[in-house]
Amino acid sequence: MAALARQVPEESPVPTARSHGDAAPAHESAAPGLLRFITCGSVDDGKSTLIGRMLYEAGAIPDDQFAALDADSRRFGTQGPRTDFALLVDGLSAEREQGITIDVAYRYFATPRRGFIVADTPGHEQYTRNMATGASSADLAIILIDARKGVLAQTRRHSFIVSLVGVRHVVVAVNKMDLVGWDEAAFGRIVAQYQAATRSLGFASIRFVPVSARDGENVATGSERMPWYRGPALLPLLEAAEVEGRSTGPDGFVMPVQWVNRPDLDFRGYAGTPARGTIRVGDAVLALPSGRRATVGRLIGAAGEASELGQGQAATLVLNGEIDVSRGDVLVAAQAPVPLSREIAARLLWTAERPLAEGGRYLLKLATQSAAARLTRLHRTIQIDGLAPALSRSLAMNGIGVVTLRLDRPVVALPYAQSRELGGFILIDAASNETVAFGFVEAGGSGGAAEPDDLAGSDWERRLRRALARVIGRSGTPERRRRLTGMSWRLVSVAALFAGGLALTGRPDLSAALALGDLALRPLLRRGHGWLWRRSREGALEDGAGI
Amino acid sequence: MIQLSHLQKLEAEAIFIIREVVATCDRPVLLYSIGKDSAVLLHLALKAFYPAKPPFPLLHVDTTWKFREMIAFRDATVERLGLDLIVHVNQAGVAAGVGPFASGSRVHTDVMKTQALKQALDLHGFDAAFGGARRDEEKSRAKERVFSLRSSEHRWDPKNQRPEPWRLFNTRKARGESFRVFPLSNWTERDVWDYVALENIPVVPLYFAAPRPVVRRDGAWIMRDDERMELRPGEALETRMVRFRTLGCYPLTGAVESEAATLPAIIAEMRASRTSERQGRVIDHDGTGSMEQKKQEGYF
Repeated sequence: MAALARQVPEESPVPTARSHGDAAPAHESAAPGLLRFITCGSVDDGKSTLIGRMLYEAGAIPDDQFAALDADSRRFGTQGPRTDFALLVDGLSAEREQGITIDVAYRYFATPRRGFIVADTPGHEQYTRNMATGASSADLAIILIDARKGVLAQTRRHSFIVSLVGVRHVVVAVNKMDLVGWDEAAFGRIVAQYQAATRSLGFASIRFVPVSARDGENVATGSERMPWYRGPALLPLLEAAEVEGRSTGPDGFVMPVQWVNRPDLDFRGYAGTPARGTIRVGDAVLALPSGRRATVGRLIGAAGEASELGQGQAATLVLNGEIDVSRGDVLVAAQAPVPLSREIAARLLWTAERPLAEGGRYLLKLATQSAAARLTRLHRTIQIDGLAPALSRSLAMNGIGVVTLRLDRPVVALPYAQSRELGGFILIDAASNETVAFGFVEAGGSGGAAEPDDLAGSDWERRLRRALARVIGRSGTPERRRRLTGMSWRLVSVAALFAGGLALTGRPDLSAALALGDLALRPLLRRGHGWLWRRSREGALEDGAGI
Repeated sequence: MIQLSHLQKLEAEAIFIIREVVATCDRPVLLYSIGKDSAVLLHLALKAFYPAKPPFPLLHVDTTWKFREMIAFRDATVERLGLDLIVHVNQAGVAAGVGPFASGSRVHTDVMKTQALKQALDLHGFDAAFGGARRDEEKSRAKERVFSLRSSEHRWDPKNQRPEPWRLFNTRKARGESFRVFPLSNWTERDVWDYVALENIPVVPLYFAAPRPVVRRDGAWIMRDDERMELRPGEALETRMVRFRTLGCYPLTGAVESEAATLPAIIAEMRASRTSERQGRVIDHDGTGSMEQKKQEGYF
């Protein structure tokens, strides 16, 4: 970090900046870092009440806000003469009037041990997209379950979305224990129910806490009413929760170019935030998709001139050599190139009222890259409640589907499990400008560069596998299944043609010629036919520049 | 991997947001309200485009009732950094004699701030305006997006906001629509002061305690900044050691009694405080949900 703390040159309007590492405020030096978490659960499970209670117990409610809360409780509260803690977070009038949470609210608080950012997310299925938004930046999820109701469809749904966006740690708060007489057996049943329901979701950890948010039992301190529970209360659990860093997989430098900083002829810098890896002055980079090569001549970070910058930092790269780079291009380490894809296999969470349909055209935004996308295939939709796949031709609001998207230009996309920055995207409806889907990149597309399954085995094995993948698609992908289906259909139809010809003419040689002729000529005809059609439809959607 | 501190992450996020606006909008502007949040926002904008200057002007919507020290600080800042500043005053409001004393806080804020802001944005054709608002300031702001879409009439529709997963902002808009963009959304008051201290960012001296002429009115210490403020019967001007936690129009901004005359003292005082930052803002308390209502009408 010391390298960042340099004197900023004279022409700079920026006051001299110091390295932040030297003087991090005291609350950051505590061992566990900031914890971002969400609360989710069904309607009326008491999410907002629980957050309000946590804020209160952590001393994060200033006196004037608490006084206002008392006044609001009498006017809108659902707790009779008691203080209604939910009103601390339900900040919109419509929410207070209806007593529900519509939009995600972010609150910031700290205990002496740790800082927290909590996203309170809506329980109604209608607002699932706001719930998913809150989850997309979270390290941990608190899932509330009403002790009287147990695991509901919405509990499964939220758990699935939490796992979809990559949250690995779950705390299940079994709330309203006061209404089941603080009964240990009721708690035990829900624990077993939840574990069975989420076995396939692959969470790294699941903890269970019996609470009463309204009474503050097991929120900040242990509960005398539930002596049978020996684990920590909710806040101490969160204070101690360990969450690992998010990135896995290879760590070569990748930076989507956000903005070309070119104030005059003397300066041209490429500004962006590295999605992974680090870069040093003198390193060689490739600009994708062009593949042109240059070396880094100068680096500018938030603290001025720098010799090294990495993931998550604001960066400006000045390159030696004139190469043409613009917003949406991606700079990568020359020794660790990444694949480009024109076709993306992904899971979609559909967020628009109008359902998705095969053949639909959208704008895709992935990091700073944008492209026109056509939804070529909806392979299946996922029934969240039972988690079993189902065949369907369309996807309704809040539905989740596995799709293939065809893009009008190649983009850098990595599996979401490897990189949130390069694996998460949104789809936008070009006519209404509405965000219609969140996307999660699955295995790589047709780019042809390294895939995990390509890296194993000897050289010739890899070559063979790659050749095979070119013909019939990658193993385990919908693409391969589709191609295999197509090939077997061709063979069956050729056999049928031969058999039909033989039955009609009685001459095997003629029938064989007919069948083989069909095998050879039909693909040619189809290709020519497809080419003609593409010519007439090309250019229909080139409006990808504005995002 | 380089480990970033909490403030460094917030800083990088804000710079990313500022650059995203410049890359995707035609005519951005930075709403410069002279306070500490604006100071931090401006500092981040300078960093985002270094060594170039920010490719957008500053806009100050002047209600004509700001503290004189704020105006002096504004002019000195623009001069020091060599930036473009547009000052907009709602002349129709001035002509009609609108002011906090003559019209009350609600009308004054609507005419001289909300209407004036809309006038200025329309007049110059700005399609994106940066603001220093933070989600921790107020309940309805906690629900605000980073890229907040406004209709061609500048209205906010809180029930129909675009989702913003990860850091992917949908920056598309129809003709006439505009964005209010809040790069400091995830900052808290404490983060702002920690950052001011860390980066040596100049702020208006009114934030530091000093003996100032104040009068007790409606439960708040109001500083008499010029002779337009007339004393009511029974009121007496007294000199007290006070400072301000937020800055707005002087008749609508309550001071707090304090001895904190340095940044470390301010930060220590804030950490021990049991009241919220905007408590001294008269306009926030015109009724439950009043900030939400102002925002729907086009207030920042």
